[in-house]
Amino acid sequence: MAHAKLLPRQYLILGLVALCAPLGDTCLSRGMTGLPGITPAHPMTLVAAVFTPWVAAGIALLIGFFASYLTALSWADLTFVLPATAFGNVIVALFARFWLHEEISLARWAGIALITLGVGFVAQGPSLTERPSPAAKSEAIAEEGRAR
Amino acid sequence: MTIPFPVVHTSPWTAAAMIAAVVLTSTAGEVLTAAAMKSIGDLDEIRARAGMKGAIRAVVTCPLFFAGVGFLALAFFSLLFALNHLNLSLVAPASASLTLVTNAIAGKVFLKENVDRRRWASAVLVCIGVYLLAH
Repeated sequence: MAHAKLLPRQYLILGLVALCAPLGDTCLSRGMTGLPGITPAHPMTLVAAVFTPWVAAGIALLIGFFASYLTALSWADLTFVLPATAFGNVIVALFARFWLHEEISLARWAGIALITLGVGFVAQGPSLTERPSPAAKSEAIAEEGRAR
Repeated sequence: MTIPFPVVHTSPWTAAAMIAAVVLTSTAGEVLTAAAMKSIGDLDEIRARAGMKGAIRAVVTCPLFFAGVGFLALAFFSLLFALNHLNLSLVAPASASLTLVTNAIAGKVFLKENVDRRRWASAVLVCIGVYLLAH
């Protein structure tokens, strides 16, 4: 079933996908930069990193992201969900500017404008590729057979 | 804040290989997961019909889902590995923006999604935007 218009609940799911992913990545980065160098010779140190507080918080946020992401993929195309949820990067940047009072360069403002434009583009279109139902597909095959 | 451990020098080719590993494993994982979720159907409808347990059962009994999760786990550990050797300001924009483009291609080729001009334009705009924002 194609959803030409998304329901408010579906917008909420896309919002969770957008927010949990960048926040989770930020926590992972904060955790991993504080750890000693990890080499392929000692792969178990990567597993130990999972139990440090920042990496664990990042993983919790990424689990929230994954549950919302799976739900979104069950009613929308991958090529719709990915650009639409990239708006989370803009929210995090604005959050950094107005709450943490970080400086945002001209290049970053340009990035914000481009992402907003891209999300606006994809949100105007359908969220799911229309596919013929199994009955319509078998009817089309039968039709083709009769034509031969 | 200072980082207590010295950053190991990484050659550009090694850095490119690390980023390519994140992008390729992530694309494979996302395409397989998307295919799994399409084969399962609308999770909201399944939850309304069979409850949360029914929705979870529908997901965890799909083999394609585990193939996708396997690749996403590989992507996650590749990302951790890359973050340990490279700066976030390089890994995050490069992998996030390249993954958008590789997913648009994989979505069209493997999932037969209707990637029209609007979606291509959107993928490219978001790709450049993510790069500018995170670089």
